[in-house]
Amino acid sequence: MAKFNKKKSGDLPAISTASLPDIVFMLLFFFMVATVMRDSTLMVQNTLPAADQVQKLDKKDRVIYIYAGKPSSRYVDTYGTQARIQLNDKFGSVEEVGAFVLAERAAKREELQNVLTTALKVDSDTKMGIISDIKQELRKVNALKLNYTTRVGDYTQNFN
Amino acid sequence: MAKRKAPEVNAGSMADIAFLLLIFFLVTTTIETDSGINRKLPPMEDQIDPPIIREKNIFTVVVNKNNQLLVEESLTDIKDLRGLAMDFLDNGGGSGEEACDYCQGERDPRSSDNPDKAIISLKNDRETEYKVYIAVQNELVAAYNELRNREFARLNPNLGISYVEADLIYSDPRTSSDDKASLKEKLDVVKLLYPQKLSEAEPSKVN
Repeated sequence: MAKFNKKKSGDLPAISTASLPDIVFMLLFFFMVATVMRDSTLMVQNTLPAADQVQKLDKKDRVIYIYAGKPSSRYVDTYGTQARIQLNDKFGSVEEVGAFVLAERAAKREELQNVLTTALKVDSDTKMGIISDIKQELRKVNALKLNYTTRVGDYTQNFN
Repeated sequence: MAKRKAPEVNAGSMADIAFLLLIFFLVTTTIETDSGINRKLPPMEDQIDPPIIREKNIFTVVVNKNNQLLVEESLTDIKDLRGLAMDFLDNGGGSGEEACDYCQGERDPRSSDNPDKAIISLKNDRETEYKVYIAVQNELVAAYNELRNREFARLNPNLGISYVEADLIYSDPRTSSDDKASLKEKLDVVKLLYPQKLSEAEPSKVN
């Protein structure tokens, strides 16, 4: 009965790995798309002060960032050493803060526009004057929720 | 010459290359969350008649341009600020309707009536350094948090977490909505006992 010879067991057919690159590429594209590298290049020195009574700033889509501090060493020649405000990728004046916040707010989804927080990322050596000016501007455009972004640490680190 | 067929490129290592890239992106992706001190600014419209607040219910903190701290008109080290603020908030010196039955302070009639009336007023100079300002804010928030922790532990003795931890769980998006609702109730009660009344004056101009 040669017709019904059983197949020789033992050598399993190799699983084709031809689609493996496709799967991996799919994952790769997913991570490439999901990775948000929206941190705009910092043009100011930005050593955040330390605090330990902090709350997390979840949900990045609800946050508008404003940076302030002395221009970093590359920009000292052009912009001097006075503390400046950085809005997105360029330096801005105090008067531009309001317009910037309004523009950012308008760019967000409608249901988020009322729950936005403004995160102030300010260098620890900055004087309060410029921050007070920013706060006044924020009040003018009714952006009242504020977050002083800090690093987590004991407050005594701020004194030395 | 006979036409030679171009040899096929072996694509077997494609998966390895893709894996390499994948791992690179996996590693460099930092889903870091910022953290900081949350504050709310007062709205712009001017109050027509500001409420009358008695002097003893105001706790003044002034930071000058040399980063020195003046608490209730006396020069103070920042180390003592948290304790002083807690003493002030927890004083409960009022009587009658203004009495505070949960306060554990000294009930000094010269200090605040109750935590609802007590207001901390913070004033800084334009030349004050930001890090000092943050340190002061941090200590004032800490004073509120410590008192809230105490009350939270007293009201929810078998929960085993502090107010700050409960607030963290509450703001965590992974917490289920049932837990959130029950936590919110408890948090709101404590928030009402020690409402954060921190007023900031506009900074003084330097001449």
